[in-house]
Amino acid sequence: MTKLTPVLSAHWDEADSFTIGAYKRHGGYGAVVKALEMEPDAVIQLVKDSGLRGRGGAGFPTGMKWGFIPQGDNKDHYLVVNADESEPGTCKDMPLLMANPHVLIEGIIIASYAIRAGYAFIYIRGEVTHVVRRLQAAIAEAYAAGHLGKNIQGKGYDLELVLHVGAGAYICGEETALLDSLEGFRGQPRLRPPFPAIAGLYAKPTVVNNVESISSVPSIINNGAEWFSAMGTEKSKGYTLYSLSGHVANPGQFEAPLGITLRELLELAGGIRPGHQLKFWTPGGSSTPIFTAEHLDVALDYEGVSAAGSMLGTKALQVFDETTCIVRAVLRWTEFYKHESCGKCTPCREGTWWLVQILRDLEAGIGTAADLDKLLDVVDNIMGRSFCALADGAASPIISSLKYFREEYMQHLTTGGCPFDPVASTVFATAGSR
Amino acid sequence: MAFTTEQLTIMDSIIARYPKSRSAIMPLLHYVQSIDGYVTSTGIEIIAEKLELATAEVTAVSTFYTQYKPEPVGEYHVGVCTNTLCAVMGGDAIFAAVKEHLGIENDGVTADGKVSLEHIECNAACDYAPVVMVNWEFYDNQTVESVKSLVDGARNGNPPAPTRGPKTLRTWKENSAVLAGLSDGLAGEGVSAGEPSKLGLKISRGN
Amino acid sequence: MTPEALTEVEMITVVIDGFEVTVPKGTLIIRAAEKLGIQIPRFCDHPLLAPAGACRQCLVDVEINGRAFPKPQASCTIPVENNMIVKTQLTSPVAEKAQKGIMEFLLINHPLDCPVCDKGGECPLQNQAMSTGRGESRYEGVKRTFEKPVAISTQVLLDRERCVLCARCTRFSDQIAGDPFITLNERGALQQVGIYEKDPFESYYSGNTVQICPVGALTGASYRFRSRPFDLVSTPSACEHCASGCAIRTDVRRGKTLRRLAGEDASVNEEWNCDKGRWAFKYLSSKERIATPLLRGADGELHEASWPEALAAAATALKGKRVGVLVGGRATVEDAYAYSKFARVTLGTNDIDFRARSHSDEEASFLATAALNAKTTYFDIDKADKVVLLGFEPEDESPIVFLRIFKQVKKRALSVVTVAAFASRGSQKLKATLIPVVAGNEAAAISALEGLTEKSVVLVGERLNESAGALSAVVELLAKSNAKLGWIPRRSGERGALQSGAIANLLPGGRPVSDPAARVDVAAAWGVESLPTTAGKSTAEILAAASAKELDAVVVAGVDPLDISAEALTQLLNTYVLSFEIAHSAVTAIADVVLPVAAITEKSGSFLDWEGRPRAFTKAIEESLTRSDLRILSMLAYEMGTPINLPSVAATAREIAALGNWDGAKASFTPAKSNKSLKLAAGEAVLSSWRLLLDLGTLQAGEPNLAGTARPATANISQSRADSLGVAEGEAITVSTARGSITLPAHITAMADGSVWLARNSDGSQTIATLGIVGGEVVSVVKA
Ligand SMILES: Cc1cc2nc3c(=O)[nH]c(=O)nc-3n(C[C@H](O)[C@H](O)[C@H](O)COP(=O)(O)O)c2cc1C
Ligand code: SF4
Ligand code: FES
Repeated sequence: MTKLTPVLSAHWDEADSFTIGAYKRHGGYGAVVKALEMEPDAVIQLVKDSGLRGRGGAGFPTGMKWGFIPQGDNKDHYLVVNADESEPGTCKDMPLLMANPHVLIEGIIIASYAIRAGYAFIYIRGEVTHVVRRLQAAIAEAYAAGHLGKNIQGKGYDLELVLHVGAGAYICGEETALLDSLEGFRGQPRLRPPFPAIAGLYAKPTVVNNVESISSVPSIINNGAEWFSAMGTEKSKGYTLYSLSGHVANPGQFEAPLGITLRELLELAGGIRPGHQLKFWTPGGSSTPIFTAEHLDVALDYEGVSAAGSMLGTKALQVFDETTCIVRAVLRWTEFYKHESCGKCTPCREGTWWLVQILRDLEAGIGTAADLDKLLDVVDNIMGRSFCALADGAASPIISSLKYFREEYMQHLTTGGCPFDPVASTVFATAGSR
Repeated sequence: MAFTTEQLTIMDSIIARYPKSRSAIMPLLHYVQSIDGYVTSTGIEIIAEKLELATAEVTAVSTFYTQYKPEPVGEYHVGVCTNTLCAVMGGDAIFAAVKEHLGIENDGVTADGKVSLEHIECNAACDYAPVVMVNWEFYDNQTVESVKSLVDGARNGNPPAPTRGPKTLRTWKENSAVLAGLSDGLAGEGVSAGEPSKLGLKISRGN
Repeated sequence: MTPEALTEVEMITVVIDGFEVTVPKGTLIIRAAEKLGIQIPRFCDHPLLAPAGACRQCLVDVEINGRAFPKPQASCTIPVENNMIVKTQLTSPVAEKAQKGIMEFLLINHPLDCPVCDKGGECPLQNQAMSTGRGESRYEGVKRTFEKPVAISTQVLLDRERCVLCARCTRFSDQIAGDPFITLNERGALQQVGIYEKDPFESYYSGNTVQICPVGALTGASYRFRSRPFDLVSTPSACEHCASGCAIRTDVRRGKTLRRLAGEDASVNEEWNCDKGRWAFKYLSSKERIATPLLRGADGELHEASWPEALAAAATALKGKRVGVLVGGRATVEDAYAYSKFARVTLGTNDIDFRARSHSDEEASFLATAALNAKTTYFDIDKADKVVLLGFEPEDESPIVFLRIFKQVKKRALSVVTVAAFASRGSQKLKATLIPVVAGNEAAAISALEGLTEKSVVLVGERLNESAGALSAVVELLAKSNAKLGWIPRRSGERGALQSGAIANLLPGGRPVSDPAARVDVAAAWGVESLPTTAGKSTAEILAAASAKELDAVVVAGVDPLDISAEALTQLLNTYVLSFEIAHSAVTAIADVVLPVAAITEKSGSFLDWEGRPRAFTKAIEESLTRSDLRILSMLAYEMGTPINLPSVAATAREIAALGNWDGAKASFTPAKSNKSLKLAAGEAVLSSWRLLLDLGTLQAGEPNLAGTARPATANISQSRADSLGVAEGEAITVSTARGSITLPAHITAMADGSVWLARNSDGSQTIATLGIVGGEVVSVVKA
């Protein structure tokens, strides 16, 4: 039955999985040896051939991104790993870093070598002290073992790796905001072009990749591009981490080939919590338009999800059952976007502020059908008008929820309030039955 | 209060991590919080001087990020996730109950300075919902009751250990130092992964 | 753009709303549209700031090579390309809706308090809301509120409710002025402009933010609630404060100047000015202004007199007498010319000097040669491979020159070297290499400068004359390196006065007095038989002669004696003084006749900026009854029977133009030697000083809001001197001479141990009045 392919998570059940000893016990830092024997361009080619696509949300081909870095330009190059993981529902990078930080470090060495970077940074969100500890310790171990620093493994390659801890700002996951933040500015997105590959960190060529993307690299070096591309679907290759949360019997992480469906994942997770039915879910975090039960068999790869009208995003499958009020859920996400809007551009800053007020009224049953149209029109003035994709993300839950659940919005208006009992949707309501 | 020579030396070592000094502003702000508990004017002025920035530039950065506190927080800073998923799964109920239990509002601090409260956004632990963070340590799968006893413990000086974290909960200031990049040697404590994180692995092992 | 630049640049043709336009590569869509007269609404866009794309008001539809962008694009961020088709709000319903949507967002939290807002009537938000906005708001929520307004300095107020967060102000302060003292703080809907609470927005350039704020969020304390734009009459003017040459705009209501703004001149000040130029104009309408001529009576008091009476008295006093003429540094070209002609023709003397400040013979020679022939301009700074600052602090002494250098420092890390006592804040911003000197030793430091090429620009301040031999070293350096020279006096009138011959050794047009051909030239133009040949006296010599009764009278025009020396006023006590002044002053207090003259706003005329570029201006106050100096001089000369025939500014300008510049043999420079180094005993140092931009200068009087942002005076010393005195940063030290002493907080900075520096004319630090010196002399320095 199992379609699961634990690679990154293969040893998370070992008590010392996060140590260099455990990592090496399973062949860790072998890929780096292999990679350093190769020409950097050959490493890039291998990653291109594997078909690995960015796991941070947009699915951009990783090898191609590395290939954009101008070579022989006599400039410093940088690798920046995006460990900001703040998209609501997304919870894969943090457990990965807590349980297996060395796989990221090994990936970083290989990626940095490939793009000829002498300095790499991990930008991790700040609200995860223990994950920070684990990474700090792992980096120290890697330095001590000669995997970082000068003349790595005697191969004449130098690399410094710095862990940079954020301080609470979702927008810093957006790669250009991340770079500004890392340079010591407010984390507001930058104008593009120039793209980071040309002028990124300190205006030098820079690759920004997600934790999972870079962590996937050692396995590709070890097992070959074909091994990797044999998994997954035609255009979405390889394995990945799916994170199942919410009203499911057993939430958790599932490492599986791209293209698995929610139905299959739910089966592994023991289904929706007992006595309840699936109402709506996000395929890849709150910024991806919601799906309903009719999408249970959508292949969870980049093409499948987008053909069905959403985005694979971070594969953060947040599952809600019929006890959940859609208006409350959407309001809460909207409040998140308002809180996290960086403030730089007008539609996002003012628009999310306004949307929250409209949605609060709607949840309280204040308003008319015309307000739903106004809501949609305000969203229309935000979406595609803003400086970066954060505001598009804010629009997603609203547009998609109105598409599937307009009636439920209306019900709030006709009954003059929320028809749902919030207690019914809590875990405590079914405590014991789990 | 002025910082000690030793503290100033640590600040220099933080700056030395980066190719360009300005990048050190965020760890330095965490570091200031590890000394003063929040972003004090002394801290801002010292950072500005060290990085050769205007004080306004440091303020601009410190006020952008929610983890930098303009006012003192408690020794134990409690964050209840009320983003949609946690809220629905019980985060709202927990937040309401803790507010009442402690008699403080969002961003409030108990009179004894022990506990402060904030509702937080998604903390990348959704498979452990409802999630509560104390000094940015994970308290997974919380209930109203568990959080009440958590904050009571914190006020009495014996908070329970984080679910995924060190054996004993460290204070806000101590953990701020970790975020500034200073090791407290506790990385080895605690589980490798919580149960939900290992679920797929377990199933694949056909346990 | 210079023609030469045009040929280098590739041209791009783009279609906007169906019209083709061809513009240089790199032009942004929003500006290409302007060329067609298509106004795309905008807030954050500013042609002199790096594009931000923040407000999103300028969204348009764009298509390149037949491929349309899926969503509207910010036209202020995208450069045009060939085969680009742009549809603005005029032809694209999508763009139109996008713009309406943004405008609606901007207004939901705006207080709509236009009736009580200074910006009302000239507000881009108000105007564009009319052109681009919806008729009615759909917003039913609660508006964001902030405490209003907060003073972010003594002269700038911030009303955050009105702010549209375009970041023009913060970007200006950071990118253009290098003073990031205002920043965007907080995040999202709470984002707001602010300062660090203890550090106010004390930038010399803060007023520009008030001007470019597209709403009424930033206002100037002195103009607040004073007027509505439609009640003002605006006149393009030139700033009288310094030699930067700013174009400004003077806004007058019922004969009173209410505000001044930076004017636009791409070659000079671009669109900026400094706060002194913007806000120091109260002196123009001060209560001290003199309205009628005054005659000193037998009772020793000044009495109002009629013009004929006063002119007759003055004529009698001057006719046939030995008279010297002191012309202040802010005379217009035309007025300076009139003084020059009056001295030579009517008074028959070369005893005239515009240098109401320290000066030397070496300088007179330098001015008549190197400075007079300098052709260096702002564009040369743009292209320089290095800028050298000698006796010159651009931020304090010519703030627009500073901005121009700073721009290149930011853009391409232009290298700047300064020979100075210490690295001022301005020098630090310019990342200048400091060559620290003890005053008096500049010549050696200058001679040691290396690596200059013909693309280097050497900027010499008027102060360099205070160090004997330094200007000679400059002349040598220029000869050796072929570097370009810019002579930058502090005052707006000096370059013009030099050109006009308001100095002993020069006739108008740079004609050397010593050259008979030059004298003949001028005499012919003036219709007189000959011009005086006796070598003229300098300012100091005129004063000394007056004191020694070797002169019978002195004409003093707009001079503050304390700018020259502590004794200057006393030296005038023994002689007949004819004062040309706009307001009561130390000189009018001792003058025998006072003739009131027009202030800058009441007359037309021109200055030459430091480049020698004419800065013409017209009367801003039409109904003024005052007359410019040249008109009064003309009447006086007529009264004395030796007319100079300068009935009007226009006629004078024509005469100057007709006379033209000297093309005969150039005078040659007479070098001077530098003094021997001073020997210092323990507790002694050599004083250096210069004037800070904002200080006790008379033209800044009456503007407390401006004065509140002046940099406080400090006494600067080196670390080792501080150690030996046992003082820490901020502890008081006393600097004294036999005449007096100044006690100030010590500021410890990198400088020569033998040096101490004081602000020359700041609150608590007036070196001439108190110590009797400007620098280069030994003072004692002790812990206070
Ligand atoms: C608002 C916003 C938030 C984002 N947050 C994250 C994040 O937390 N982690 C991440 O890896 N990518 C995030 N991204 C995507 C990054 O901008 C970037 O595409 C990604 O890090 C590239 O890595 P990849 O190519 O390996 O996926 C975010 C994007 C946006 C617009
Ligand atoms: S104060 Fe004015 S210039 Fe500054 S951000 Fe606000 S609207 Fe823009
Ligand atoms: S003017 Fe273009 S985004 Fe503001």
